Amino acid sequence: MERLDQIFVTLKAWAVGQVPEPFQVIASIVLSIAPIMLVFPGIFALTTVAERKLLGRIQNRLGPNRVGPFGFLQWAADGLKTITKEDIVPRNADKVVHFLAPVVLLVSALLAYSVIPFGRNMYAIEIDAGILFFFAVGAGTELAVFMAGWSSRNKYALLGAMRAIAQMISYEMPLLLAALAVVMATGSLNPNEIVAAQEGGRGWGEIVPNWFVFTPWGFAGCILFLIAAAAESNRSPFDLPEAESEIIAGYFVEYSGMKFATFFLAEYLGLFVISSLCVVLFLGGWHAPFPFFWCAWVPSWAWFIGKLACIVLLYIWMRGTLPRLRIDQLMNFAWKFMLPMALINLVVVAVWTYTRPWNYFGAELVRWLLCVGLLLAPYLLLGRNLLRNRKWGPRTYRYAS
Amino acid sequence: MDAPFLIAAAMTLLSAIAAISLRNVVHCALCLSVALLGLAALYLQLGAQFVGLTQIVVNVGAVAIVIVFAILLTRSSEESGEPRFNKGAIWAGLICAAVFASLVIAINSSHVSVKFSAPVSPLTVERIGHELMGRYVLPLEAMGLLLTAALIGAVIIAMKEPGGKGGAQ
Amino acid sequence: MNIPGKGIVTGMAQTAKNFIGSYVSKERMTTVQYPEERVPAQEAARNFPFLVFDEDPEAGLRCVACKICEKECPPQCIYIVMKRDENAKPSKQPETFDIDVSVCMSCQICVEVCPFEAIKMDTEFEYGEFDRFGGLLLGKDRLAKSNQYYHKIHPTEAAEVDARLDEERQAKAAAEKAKAAKLAALAQKSKDADKIVANGKAEKK
Repeated sequence: MERLDQIFVTLKAWAVGQVPEPFQVIASIVLSIAPIMLVFPGIFALTTVAERKLLGRIQNRLGPNRVGPFGFLQWAADGLKTITKEDIVPRNADKVVHFLAPVVLLVSALLAYSVIPFGRNMYAIEIDAGILFFFAVGAGTELAVFMAGWSSRNKYALLGAMRAIAQMISYEMPLLLAALAVVMATGSLNPNEIVAAQEGGRGWGEIVPNWFVFTPWGFAGCILFLIAAAAESNRSPFDLPEAESEIIAGYFVEYSGMKFATFFLAEYLGLFVISSLCVVLFLGGWHAPFPFFWCAWVPSWAWFIGKLACIVLLYIWMRGTLPRLRIDQLMNFAWKFMLPMALINLVVVAVWTYTRPWNYFGAELVRWLLCVGLLLAPYLLLGRNLLRNRKWGPRTYRYAS
Repeated sequence: MDAPFLIAAAMTLLSAIAAISLRNVVHCALCLSVALLGLAALYLQLGAQFVGLTQIVVNVGAVAIVIVFAILLTRSSEESGEPRFNKGAIWAGLICAAVFASLVIAINSSHVSVKFSAPVSPLTVERIGHELMGRYVLPLEAMGLLLTAALIGAVIIAMKEPGGKGGAQ
Repeated sequence: MNIPGKGIVTGMAQTAKNFIGSYVSKERMTTVQYPEERVPAQEAARNFPFLVFDEDPEAGLRCVACKICEKECPPQCIYIVMKRDENAKPSKQPETFDIDVSVCMSCQICVEVCPFEAIKMDTEFEYGEFDRFGGLLLGKDRLAKSNQYYHKIHPTEAAEVDARLDEERQAKAAAEKAKAAKLAALAQKSKDADKIVANGKAEKK
């Protein structure tokens, strides 16, 4: 099954070979980019329908089920509707910035896909500092949000943009620190090397994969990363800046038609790319979980898509379960709980890596107990104290002067 | 003087000029981000991946956002209505040209202007880490101390004054 | 024990139960996919009026065109013209009975005031039309529905109405019989009186 695994790589090599000599570089670049730009918006389309149907089932109702078989052509209907809507720009809006905001957002979201390995030898670019490139490009997202909120000249849009940026920069810290734990453990910023470090398994018959999520620091790091990623892409329960019932869709409010569709697309693409990064960092990338023979029949990109689908389903599940967080609850959670836990996670990674050479009898159990204890104790204490210290009192205001 | 360098340099210079001469403050802030992005492109062309990408993360992702927050919170977005060039513009231009000339002469006659060949071993993040923790550990710790002091100072300034107006959440 | 995060986990377990239950149990998926499926109307449901006939849609129509419902209808959506036979004498049947269903507000006053149990409330609501003005004007042909239909949609009410009508009929029959008996007794008494008068006259002569 090597052929099926590498089918896309061989197809691309064949196609590039067909192109005459001087254009081969351009052809190679285009053929690396085009699949990403075709596949992920396609996944976006399916996810919008799947999300509506899954949320419906969670809420004891059917989702859309009229357009196409079981409603799975709903994305086409939605797409047609958004494209044919009138594009309204407010009269006082800053036209250039208003136009550029969705463009910048989409570009930042798409650029991040280039460093992620989707299968064996399936990455667009191998950058030595790939993870850093990923987060650098994510910084463009925040700027685009500000541009969207500002250029609409609408006080609700501005307020929504401010909240959104505050939320995004607050949650960037735990995100980076959780990713940093993995970088510390592997010693490299290159996603391919991180995936390679999670190869194989341990235990009897290699039944437990070597993925980082099955270590104490990896588990905590994965949970921190997933929560911070939900906050980064403004996903429920952190969708205060853009919820319709809160601030009339916040910084999206003056956008209609195709620009709104671009925002929506960029938000979901951002979600997919950060979930892909979570798969790469913690869930073993494109590796199969078990070394059983049948696992080798499933190609590596199929494992990747499967893991990505699991994470997206987890996000949909969280959206259907949890109520929205208020902005002050959100910020408190980021700074008072997640940041200390992320820092403690770094310490635990260090302890874990430092104690790896121990090989006396029972060393493994001691390592595990030590690391789990170092993580659980602050989690319980911090959680308990933060819950207890909620002070209810008359609200005080301070105005910016 | 190849094409990527020219493009990056043009982007940096033009957006820097735009950042100081546009009327709308928000446009200026955005052009500043573009200028910093151009700088990052120049770093990346020199092969310094870590510095270039960190430049984007820190400058565009954090510094530009802070500038933007300052504009948002102080509503200084209305155009000032003052004339673009005040009376002393000519003298200011002359002094700027003189400073630029002296900087160019200083750089050209120092040893960094000699064209370097590519470094022998590629500049990976691991090497930077080793250097930071080995040879340059003292400046690193000093900068950490400085940043901590700045953070604590900012928190103290923004904290509610005892007995004064109540603080925000 | 107050473990932080316990609420989230219980919540997610509950939604998972909802999700899986929506495929297997009816109580967790109560969607009725209209128009393929319909919720059966309750017995007391009412939408717009209809006319009841007993056997024949023309001759068995209970309505006698008394026009009480036309007078009492608040939005005045009923229009009745009584049928007149060859000598322009009113016969007890409506020639035209129009209800404008787009005006009718389903107040049921026409049902309450009808002395002949001729007009009752129907449960049909799917009257969508393209013609805004004439399409929703229902005539006698569309309004007349059989008593069996009435029994089908409002069983207890129809049974009550039938019982009442039977009682009335029996009371009328009994009253007729009593009147006939009284008349017969009176006739007999007058016959006897005549006989006595005749006897008395004969005696005097």
